[in-house]
Amino acid sequence: MMSTVLPYLLSGVSVGGQYALIAIGYTMVYGILRLINFAHGDVFMVAGILMVYISASGLPLYVSIPLVLVLTAFIGFLIERVAYKPLRSAPRMSIMISAIGVSYTLQNLVLYITGGLNQYYPSIPFISESVTIGTATTKMVTIITPVLTLVLVIALVMLINHTKIGMAMRAVSKDFETSQLMGIKINRVISVTFVIGSFLAGVGSLLYFTNYTTVIQTSGAMPGLKAFVAAVFGGIGSVPGAVVGAFIIGICENIIKGLDVILIKAGLSKQMMGLTTFSDAFTFALLIVILIVKPTGLFGEKTTDKV
Amino acid sequence: MKKIVAILLAVLMMIPAFALGENIVKIGVFEPASGDSGAGGKQEMLGMQYANSVQPTVEIGGETYTVELVYADNGSSADKAPSAAQQLVSEGVSVVLGSYGSGVSIAGSQYFADAGIPAIGVTCTNPQVTAGNTHYFRICFLDPFQGTVLANYAFSELGAKTAYCLAELGNDYDVGLCHYFQQAFEALGGTVISDTFPTGNSDFTSYLSNATAIGAEVFFCPVSIAYSTQIINQAAGQNVTFPIMGGDTLDSNVVVEAAKGTNVKLYISTFYQEGGSPEFDEGFKAWLNSNSEALTNNGGNDMIAAVSVMGYDAYFVALEALKAAGSTDSKAVNEALWDVTYDGVSGHIAFDEIGDAARDSAYIKTANTETGAWDFVTVQTVE
Repeated sequence: MMSTVLPYLLSGVSVGGQYALIAIGYTMVYGILRLINFAHGDVFMVAGILMVYISASGLPLYVSIPLVLVLTAFIGFLIERVAYKPLRSAPRMSIMISAIGVSYTLQNLVLYITGGLNQYYPSIPFISESVTIGTATTKMVTIITPVLTLVLVIALVMLINHTKIGMAMRAVSKDFETSQLMGIKINRVISVTFVIGSFLAGVGSLLYFTNYTTVIQTSGAMPGLKAFVAAVFGGIGSVPGAVVGAFIIGICENIIKGLDVILIKAGLSKQMMGLTTFSDAFTFALLIVILIVKPTGLFGEKTTDKV
Repeated sequence: MKKIVAILLAVLMMIPAFALGENIVKIGVFEPASGDSGAGGKQEMLGMQYANSVQPTVEIGGETYTVELVYADNGSSADKAPSAAQQLVSEGVSVVLGSYGSGVSIAGSQYFADAGIPAIGVTCTNPQVTAGNTHYFRICFLDPFQGTVLANYAFSELGAKTAYCLAELGNDYDVGLCHYFQQAFEALGGTVISDTFPTGNSDFTSYLSNATAIGAEVFFCPVSIAYSTQIINQAAGQNVTFPIMGGDTLDSNVVVEAAKGTNVKLYISTFYQEGGSPEFDEGFKAWLNSNSEALTNNGGNDMIAAVSVMGYDAYFVALEALKAAGSTDSKAVNEALWDVTYDGVSGHIAFDEIGDAARDSAYIKTANTETGAWDFVTVQTVE
């Protein structure tokens, strides 16, 4: 039984870790700006495209990987400065529309540059190698992803809880205006949030595209959407919530893909029922159910209206 | 002053129309230049563009016409195809070539029918493209044939008794071909397990695990190039033991590139094998190498994709139809197409009463994972 389920679990944990790294970006920006940054999935995709082009230029990996991460963080910073900052006092809906605009701009920019053709992600030695665990053979990245994700999340939580900028972030997320009055440099805090979120999306893209090697302008859409679901699922605004949500969604999704085979192997079913078809439908149905039962998500804070 | 400027501008714009003063016939190219099938669509277009460079004019009713290719990107998706089709209709094309991918062809079909414009399917292999209409023709083989060929090969040559089929949900081509493969494979006495994946999926590890768990001896995935490269890559990561098999969509240098350096066994069926016409091969390669954009669209090297050959032949079939019609009127071209015969690079082309070309053989190729090229295996025919 375990040997049947193991490969699906591995895939699930791996993809869950990658969703988690994207989901943190959504949840942090939401926590501070109350903005769903729709362009976040596309930042993730752009990080993939950057890696393709930078490594094609012949730079060695120890240069290209940090360069991609720095550039991705910079793009996140730039997006905030250009598209969101001028709208700081505008209604929240306007800034959301601006985010959708950025999302399409990035997609079309990449469409223009790549000509709509699939780009092949360079294979990164070591993490692209195959490794056998029990009965399942998989890529090294599958094992590394959850570990790296947890390390980064712990580092992030430490940063939020034990540094000055982290304290500022917490203050801003509690009350935007008051913290401004208390002398917190709000623009700096917001920029740092975007830089961290984009950096993690960059790390996520390294891991994700090493496993699923094709990058195209729409590559960010589905992982972005699932990560967003994970963030809402875990309680948007909460970093640990986003991570837990992402792992749950990643694992559930892959178990559903293999459910038919698992059931047959376990003797619970005689034939294939075509359940794999519902792997995506399941993810979103789960979101609806969670929101009905617990509208603030798993780790969401209760919001009290201050009117 | 403003009026004068406006009149001047208007006159200026009319100059090209007068100055050229030559006859132009427009051929619509209804192909995906973006999306999942973008790579394949571009290679098919390359064949047409090369044909156009070889033969840029055509004699229609005693006059020489310059052929102009009009492009419309159907974006590999059935919801973008109608607007691309309408674009071609409003451009006033005489005949349409395409598309790569049956789903988009079916989606665009009605718009061509309403406008009375005939279409020549180049590599759309689903029977529904030409069935039940009089304006859609096709120069390639059909999926019932292709599915049977592949099933026979998998069962008899590869010795597989259990097959795992994977198709993209809602993609007419994938689902159709899997269906015909399943029919033929089960008729031979084999067992087939089918799965589908949602559009935009890139995590195929669980599907590969499924195939391993049920003890599949062949993994049949006639999917778009974008998905097949992912499948090959992830199959290599899992060290799968079964061979991967696909239809004509997988015949691309992009796919074989993905298999290079791995230990994945890959078999495909296709329309043409490089070397079938040395004259064409040489000319096409020279053209590719002289045009950097074309070379990029061909995936960066000068390997010949079967779809390019088919695109080349389709262009000449269209010219034959225009000649036979003796006019650029699309309805006359449609009438003339029924009787067109043409000996192309990919073989003899003549249309039956449904509008399909009679084709009775398919090439089976395998990926050489050392050289990164396709190796010819056999020509498979079905009675």
